[in-house]
Amino acid sequence: MTSLDTNTARAFDPPFTNYQLDAAYDEMFEPSGQPRASYQGLHQRLAEMPPEELRRRQQAADLSFLHQGVTFTVYGREEGTERIFPYDLLPRIITSSEWATIERGLTQRITALNLFLRDLYHEGKILNDRVIPREMIYTCHHYRREMRGLNVPRDIYISVVGTDLVRLEDGRFAVLEDNLRVPSGVSYMLANRQVIKRVFPTMFSDYGVRPIDHYGQALLATLRALAPLRADPTIVLLTPGPYNSAYFEHTFLARQMGIELVEGRDLLVHDNVVYMRTTGGLRRVDVIYRRIDDDFLDPLVFRSDTSLGVTGLFNAYRAGNVALANAIGTGIADDKALYAYVPAIIRYYLDEEAILPNVETYLLSDESQRSYVLDHLDELVVKAVGESGGYGMLIGPHSTAAEREQFRRQILADPRNYIAQPTLALSRAPCFIDGQVESRHVDLRPYILYGERVVIVPGGLTRVALRRGSLVVNSSQGGGSKDTWVLF
Amino acid sequence: MLSRVAESLYWMSRYLERAEHTARLVDLNLNLMLDQSPAPGDRRWQRLLTALMVTQPPDAKEDAYNVAQTLTFDLSNRSSIVAYMTAARENARQVREQISSEMWEELNQLFLQIKRAGIENTWQAQPHHFFRGVKDGAHLFQGITDSTLSHSEGWHFIQVGRFLERVGATAALLDAHVSELIEDTGVAVKGDYLEMVGLLKSCSAFEAYCKVYTADLSPERIAEFLLLNSEFPRSVRFAAEMIQSALNAIAETSATRKTCRANRLAGRLRASLSFSQIDEIMGSGLHSYLADIQRQCAQIHTAIYHQYVAYPIESALAS
Repeated sequence: MTSLDTNTARAFDPPFTNYQLDAAYDEMFEPSGQPRASYQGLHQRLAEMPPEELRRRQQAADLSFLHQGVTFTVYGREEGTERIFPYDLLPRIITSSEWATIERGLTQRITALNLFLRDLYHEGKILNDRVIPREMIYTCHHYRREMRGLNVPRDIYISVVGTDLVRLEDGRFAVLEDNLRVPSGVSYMLANRQVIKRVFPTMFSDYGVRPIDHYGQALLATLRALAPLRADPTIVLLTPGPYNSAYFEHTFLARQMGIELVEGRDLLVHDNVVYMRTTGGLRRVDVIYRRIDDDFLDPLVFRSDTSLGVTGLFNAYRAGNVALANAIGTGIADDKALYAYVPAIIRYYLDEEAILPNVETYLLSDESQRSYVLDHLDELVVKAVGESGGYGMLIGPHSTAAEREQFRRQILADPRNYIAQPTLALSRAPCFIDGQVESRHVDLRPYILYGERVVIVPGGLTRVALRRGSLVVNSSQGGGSKDTWVLF
Repeated sequence: MLSRVAESLYWMSRYLERAEHTARLVDLNLNLMLDQSPAPGDRRWQRLLTALMVTQPPDAKEDAYNVAQTLTFDLSNRSSIVAYMTAARENARQVREQISSEMWEELNQLFLQIKRAGIENTWQAQPHHFFRGVKDGAHLFQGITDSTLSHSEGWHFIQVGRFLERVGATAALLDAHVSELIEDTGVAVKGDYLEMVGLLKSCSAFEAYCKVYTADLSPERIAEFLLLNSEFPRSVRFAAEMIQSALNAIAETSATRKTCRANRLAGRLRASLSFSQIDEIMGSGLHSYLADIQRQCAQIHTAIYHQYVAYPIESALAS
């Protein structure tokens, strides 16, 4: 990072003419401008391949997504609501030693968070020991009183997790966010892989990339582990339906696992047993992989103004007649304010230091931290704790005075609802943009499965902020994705 | 199989059949127009609208291309090809994981192809080429369905949807031509040659007809062929046989008794077509016979719903 000026001044050969190096960690190039060892193959390939050829392959990839119907839904528009998730042709490469750290770090983190949820909804030792202030829990919108004392199969609360990682300037991976409710995006990880194998077959096989195609099987095994007492459990995936933004993913996963994709109206509860309505009559359901938020699961217990869920489902759950993945109430552990306590949670339950660091986080409910943040709004990123998908965020350096003023008022009105973090220089990876290779900010979301043990498929969804300079990678905010190669 | 899934497969198939049928008829009428003076033209378009049972008919006196445009690309018209394709695709999307990827890709491509043609508005230069594409796409989809999807319960619901739609469509088409085929007295008239060819071609039946009866066209034989032939895939009898066997297969896989109402109704329809004589049908009134077939189709549809889709929970729990 020493010679910042020489780096930016350095002229790259085509197709890298517009490539930008600065303080942010670059996935492909060393600060000196040399390609990193793991990227040499790709770098050479790009230098040799005519731009026309690259463009042709990008088109082939786009078409393949369109024809497969790999789309997501954008809310709030009448027409053209179905879009392809923009796909970048160039793979993001992770070495096997980097992956080993990620794998250990995530396993540790998920194990601890699961123990935390078990404790929180039973004895509450961590609260009694004052590691976490009680008001932090009881003020969280995702805390579910109904779950107190309720036993879930195998004490597993979070069967399916997607954790967002970012790479800091020094090249270390850090956790930005845990998604413990209904993480999505795994289908794009799988679809991206299928496409890149078609587009770059030789480079793919030369590289030695670890396979991810067994994700469906691993997910099925994870879900089956939740019904240990039933010989041949019926497992279903519960979707809000075709108008949900992740509907493609729901159909994709149901198909990969060979299980029924059901909507709330396909299910009914009788005598605390869940049934689905089939052409041959009613059939009992044992495990539900639900892709519906807690709020919409059961109108008798949670929000009553919805028909997405199943009336009486919670009673069947309490009676132990059906398992849910993930359990109800897991949102408390991915609350953005609670995030700041995760290193302490790991220490408390496992007596270990966190392998993957957190990003520095200011809790606005704390008075001294709050006054610091309010003085530095133009440098920090402020997030609403309950929001996701890139909504409800202030990015200080890119904000206007009016936006900052608005957030200041919101923070003062409800400090518990906000956190602040330093604006991170997310690492950048090469992307194919308008016939050139340019660098764009990326993050990484690996998918963790917790069944009989923790399983992480080697890979993940690398999301890209396709707009130059943008730091927001969410698909709803103009982000795209690329394939992630974890090497042997 | 989930009841909702069976329902979607059934409708996907029905809508696609309707789209293909509409494409075939519109194409044929545009083609016939080339051989004719404009005077009987709007009568023919009126007949086409009757045959297609269009719910929001455009004015048949309009320019033929405008009528064709409405029947093909007008999304606000529920009887247009693009509206049928949207509905077929929407149903397929609801059961995306139940159909094969190849099926979905083909349906999706066909849908995009039709939409694109509507937006670019270049179809009028070569209408036949366009409609041919639609028909080919629909046939390809059926072929892909037959060769990539397991012939289990879902496939049988697709069959029921397709052939139930076909029985209704062929019956309606024949009915729209009744006045030209027979006189009020029940005696067959010597129909207009071109019109008779047109009717046969509307069912892609001209060549198949010639193989049975030679090119000697008579209204009675045409009615016999389209109603009672047991081998031609667009004849009413053939379709009725397919409906019955698909419903029997469904009853077997879903452990329903074969004596359930839907199966009995389908059996009755097939039997009536198997044992009827064309002269008797003509004698007692072709129109009322066709109307009766339509009524039986509606009954079968309702019975399928009661048996497999919208059954009362109490009875399901009791059994």
